[in-house]
Amino acid sequence: MIEDILFQLELGLPQVVLGLVNGAFYALLSLGLAVIFGMLNVINFAHGAQFMMGAFVAWMLLAWGGIGYWWALVLSPLIVGAFGIVIEKLLISRLYKLDHLYGLLLTFGLALIIEGVFRNQFGSSGLPYSPPESLGGPPVDLGFMFLPKYRLWVVVASLVVSLATWLVIEKTRLGAYLRAATENAALVQAFGVNVPRMVTLTYAAGVALAAFAGVLAAPIYSVNPQMGSSLIITVFAVVVIGGMGSILGSVLTGFGLGLVEGLAKVFYPEASSTVIFVIMAIVLLARPAGLFGRA
Amino acid sequence: MADSLLKTANLQAWYGESHALHGIDIEVREGEVVTLLGRNGAGKTSTLRAIMGLIGRRTGSVRFEGKELINARSDIIARAGIALCPEERGIFASLDVTENLMLPPVVRPGGMSIAEIHTLFPNLKERARSPGTKLSGGEQQMLAIARILRTGARLLMLDEPTEGLAPVIVQQIGHTIREIKQRGFTVLLVEQNFRFAQTVADRHYVIDHGQVVDHLDNAEMANSAERLHQYLGV
Repeated sequence: MIEDILFQLELGLPQVVLGLVNGAFYALLSLGLAVIFGMLNVINFAHGAQFMMGAFVAWMLLAWGGIGYWWALVLSPLIVGAFGIVIEKLLISRLYKLDHLYGLLLTFGLALIIEGVFRNQFGSSGLPYSPPESLGGPPVDLGFMFLPKYRLWVVVASLVVSLATWLVIEKTRLGAYLRAATENAALVQAFGVNVPRMVTLTYAAGVALAAFAGVLAAPIYSVNPQMGSSLIITVFAVVVIGGMGSILGSVLTGFGLGLVEGLAKVFYPEASSTVIFVIMAIVLLARPAGLFGRA
Repeated sequence: MADSLLKTANLQAWYGESHALHGIDIEVREGEVVTLLGRNGAGKTSTLRAIMGLIGRRTGSVRFEGKELINARSDIIARAGIALCPEERGIFASLDVTENLMLPPVVRPGGMSIAEIHTLFPNLKERARSPGTKLSGGEQQMLAIARILRTGARLLMLDEPTEGLAPVIVQQIGHTIREIKQRGFTVLLVEQNFRFAQTVADRHYVIDHGQVVDHLDNAEMANSAERLHQYLGV
């Protein structure tokens, strides 16, 4: 019995590792959502669309400007983040005094508009984007499987960025402002901190994280207008499981659920696309605030 | 007589539809400790919040060092040199004691150093790594006061710092207020306990129904017990 399981696991280990790659995207995207929710109390439904924009901007930089992957990894988050600043200043900032629901509806509407514009412009069949040459070449031999270098890079990049974000929020002065303003924004402002500007920049940072994930995704999935909306539903489930607004929670849950999905593909493939939602339902019943959330 | 540091004129304020302040005129001079006395709901806290720009709508005039601040946002007011220690203390649970202490940005030179603060409040040093809200009520109050001593703000507004604390802690806070006065800070203090106010303050305003109804020098306090009883209903 145990030997059976071990044998199956050995055969399935590659699936588990690929699950980790998915988990890398879940982690980055739910991290951005958590950062935004913590500070703005807005559930950013446009997150998937901003992820997609990140991929498209990388594609545009290459196709129209001849600017390659590594620059795109920096520039695309900056460009999409700047777009986030405009959105926050122009629209979202008017909704802070209202119920969460309004922010959700607004960003959902924005997501539909952004996707529509991209579909109209680029069609829905998808555009190719190759990984950079330095990450191409022969796959890496992990002993039990060959993993394309690029996928390994995705996991590493996601881990590094997640860790860096966590460090900034938990260990720096800026992070202390953010945590304090999450608790009592009015008092932090009364100490002399320009809270409205901090809120705008936090939204931009969350959006930039989505765009960064989008650039990472561009060489793996084809660049198409729907790439965000199909992923974001799962990511919302990840956020609910991890607990809204918990930084560490969203990262751990992101990678964890990627692994769980991979395991499901090995042991019970029929459940692989629903296992996350089953877990979400159980967590909601047992711990409504999420695994890492504060009730 | 020293220069006026803070001067409000016909300061009115609203929480939504409700009219909380009906024209507050007070003046605080450099280096003074001035209290606002009055019963619950008289408008003392609202006056501090209105000066700090933490209230929905306000009209009239708030001049600090001659500069009009009535239309300024609260972060600009803080940067001008006014700091508030709120009634609910406002210690952040997700920050440890040191992070709480270091949170308010320095707005001017002349604030106390961490070493000086630790001498004044040794408990804060011992418990530097505890989460802010794990401190006792008295320690939290010390932290809330210490936090604004660092920033170099000239005017410290303390909202009922003695509320709900044991007598020995109240004495310690009284000692602290005299200490910071000696260091040249100016203090605007909200109190319900006029016996405590008497031990630290130079002058007192009595507030009722959102207006200043009386003004006493500290020397007059002893002879005015009856008047005060009437105002404060104690």
